[in-house]
Amino acid sequence: MPLYYLAIPLIAVIALNLAFKEMGKKISFWVTAAVALLQMGLSVAAVILCAQTGSALKGQFFTSISIDFLSAVVLLTIGLIAFVSIVMARVMDRENIFNFANLLLLCMLGMNGITMVTDLFSLYVFIEVTSAASFILIAIHRDKAELEGSFKYYMLSAIATVLMLTAIAFIFMLAGDTGFGAVRKYIDGLGGAFPFQIVIAFMLFTAGLSIKAGLVPFHGWVPDAYSASSSPVSVLLAGIVTKVSGVYTLMRVYRDVFGSSPAVGHVLMILGLLSIFIGALAAIGQKDFKRMLAYSSISQIGYIIIGIATGSPLGFIGALLHFFNHADFKSLLFVDSAAIEMQTGKRDMNEMGGLASKMPSTGASSILAFLSTAGIPPLSGFWSKFMIILAVWAVSKAAASLALLASLITLAYFLVMQRKVFFGKTAEGMQDVKEAPRGIVAVEWLLSAITVILGVLFPLVLIYLKGIGLI
Amino acid sequence: MNITILIILLAGMVVSAAACVMMRNLLHAAIMLAITSAILAVAMFVLNAPLAGVFELSVCAGLITVIFVSAISMTKTYTKEELKIKSRVRLKRFAFLPVVLIVVFVVLCAFIWPHLDASLQAAGIAQAGSNVQDTIWNKRQIDLLGQIIIILAGVFGVVIFFKESEKK
Amino acid sequence: MSLLLAIFIIATALLFVTGLYSLLVTRNLIRIVMSLEILTKGVTLIMLGAGYINGNMAAAQAYVITIIILEVVLLAVATGIVLGVYRRNGSLNARKLNNLKG
Repeated sequence: MPLYYLAIPLIAVIALNLAFKEMGKKISFWVTAAVALLQMGLSVAAVILCAQTGSALKGQFFTSISIDFLSAVVLLTIGLIAFVSIVMARVMDRENIFNFANLLLLCMLGMNGITMVTDLFSLYVFIEVTSAASFILIAIHRDKAELEGSFKYYMLSAIATVLMLTAIAFIFMLAGDTGFGAVRKYIDGLGGAFPFQIVIAFMLFTAGLSIKAGLVPFHGWVPDAYSASSSPVSVLLAGIVTKVSGVYTLMRVYRDVFGSSPAVGHVLMILGLLSIFIGALAAIGQKDFKRMLAYSSISQIGYIIIGIATGSPLGFIGALLHFFNHADFKSLLFVDSAAIEMQTGKRDMNEMGGLASKMPSTGASSILAFLSTAGIPPLSGFWSKFMIILAVWAVSKAAASLALLASLITLAYFLVMQRKVFFGKTAEGMQDVKEAPRGIVAVEWLLSAITVILGVLFPLVLIYLKGIGLI
Repeated sequence: MNITILIILLAGMVVSAAACVMMRNLLHAAIMLAITSAILAVAMFVLNAPLAGVFELSVCAGLITVIFVSAISMTKTYTKEELKIKSRVRLKRFAFLPVVLIVVFVVLCAFIWPHLDASLQAAGIAQAGSNVQDTIWNKRQIDLLGQIIIILAGVFGVVIFFKESEKK
Repeated sequence: MSLLLAIFIIATALLFVTGLYSLLVTRNLIRIVMSLEILTKGVTLIMLGAGYINGNMAAAQAYVITIIILEVVLLAVATGIVLGVYRRNGSLNARKLNNLKG
């Protein structure tokens, strides 16, 4: 099964480029959407298979790839966000759809690779693939702001790669191999007495992944890249690319390779709490809708990180679920901001007002998304946040209280946003704003439905996970 | 392998990298970068990595220099007057680099010196039964696949970014 | 620590310092890309050294070749971005990228 995730998008890219140019342009949307849906279907099967058997699915031709429960959930998220992104590109940006579809498929290939490889060096290779595709995607219209955002991302991501590769080189020097299993065996064999190379490698790897994930001391590129790129791309970036290349990698490496030691846990906890607070505080002061969402993203990624930092299975599953939920509601918010920008031509929140009556679907879905982000029951965001905070409480009560406090800030800045954009007096020049096109409304409903249904059915999911012994 | 040769090569690499950074003419900087790559390639030959050395020499010292030189020639270079003012400012900013390098070198040596043992750890003999081709094709096919995908992405990037320059 | 390891670590550290210093003080976009290139050279060197020290030169060569290929593709993309910025701004000065604030 793992082979399909690499073979299907690759064949799709080749087929699109071999087809006649006009035909390639026509079918590119359908092919990409089909690939994304297929990936979602396959991943649901993979999630169930992995949960029931409890073992990883092996690759056929490439022996070094496999799928376990963690990868299966991430693959599902990739399929979902890729689908949302291609639908948005179809509605908002028809001229570039051919290039966009191809690059999206290549980006998916990179991300699927990241989730399935079982080797540190291959991890680096696929992270580079994903970043290369995203640099081009960000700058796809070659606008001034896009190019600059893309260059800033390139610069920081190149530094991140250098740090990670140095870490990999040190690990390779001592362990003699870079496979997850071999490195884990070597580190376990040390019994806590780490040579200095391994300590340096831990630090460099964490720093590199923090840049990729946009955690707080290293978050400079996030708002620029998210707000400069066109809306389908910012959905993709915020929803999945930074999360797979930064957060998923952190999860995988700390669970399967380095092992969770208390020292590493402390570092991650501090990074996570810093991100939660600084992201949330910076979000309050933003005027630009997309920049506010970018800072909110930094803050939410902080929650995932503190979940990983606990090192307990509960925190880990909470982090994984928050990974999925955050991809869902943050892309919903980006879709809403795109719908508003498309209909009004504006992104400054101070110039908006009273849009809820003009754009009912957008207004309703944004309320759902923000309630889910702030962690209000029974929406799905509540459950994952709740699990994370429970797990953190067991480790450190102070950290858990801080995380709860930050939830209130989240609520505050989203309430300010709702009041400015959707409620109150209708702003000047917004009297005849209409609802967004059908494609975008459909996507809004799809993502809202996932938030609500998952939230309502969550107790069942918990019982299921408990039944198979994952929590 | 003679360790003195290695030390000389690596010292040359650091010096040429510093020179690349400090050169005021971009073209000269690109050439110094190529020289850095070339020295690294020689170091690879010395360290029993001939195949990697060939790649480094042809791709890094060759292709990358070509890319840089064409990028430099496509952008505007400064006039002589501007260059004079620029280079004075540059001199101020880059004057500290050699000092910083020497300080870092001394600090690192001071840290490492007490832990140094005389052993050279004679190695570099390839393990029996594993050569490069075998490793690349049998153990690391997934990396090869990654390379193919990134080259595809690069082709799209070149098509998108360089299409416009033909138009203008 | 063996002498060989010390040599590799010192050389890599010096290359990193050179690249990072240049990254901090330079304002030219092409020079920024060059500094990143110097950092990559440092990484290639330490990877090679790692393989030499643990005797697994075959794997090290495979890694180094992969690094070189990825490096050149990313460099081509980055050059495309730099040329695009130049065309829009008419300048390679990084300080002129001021419509984006951290």
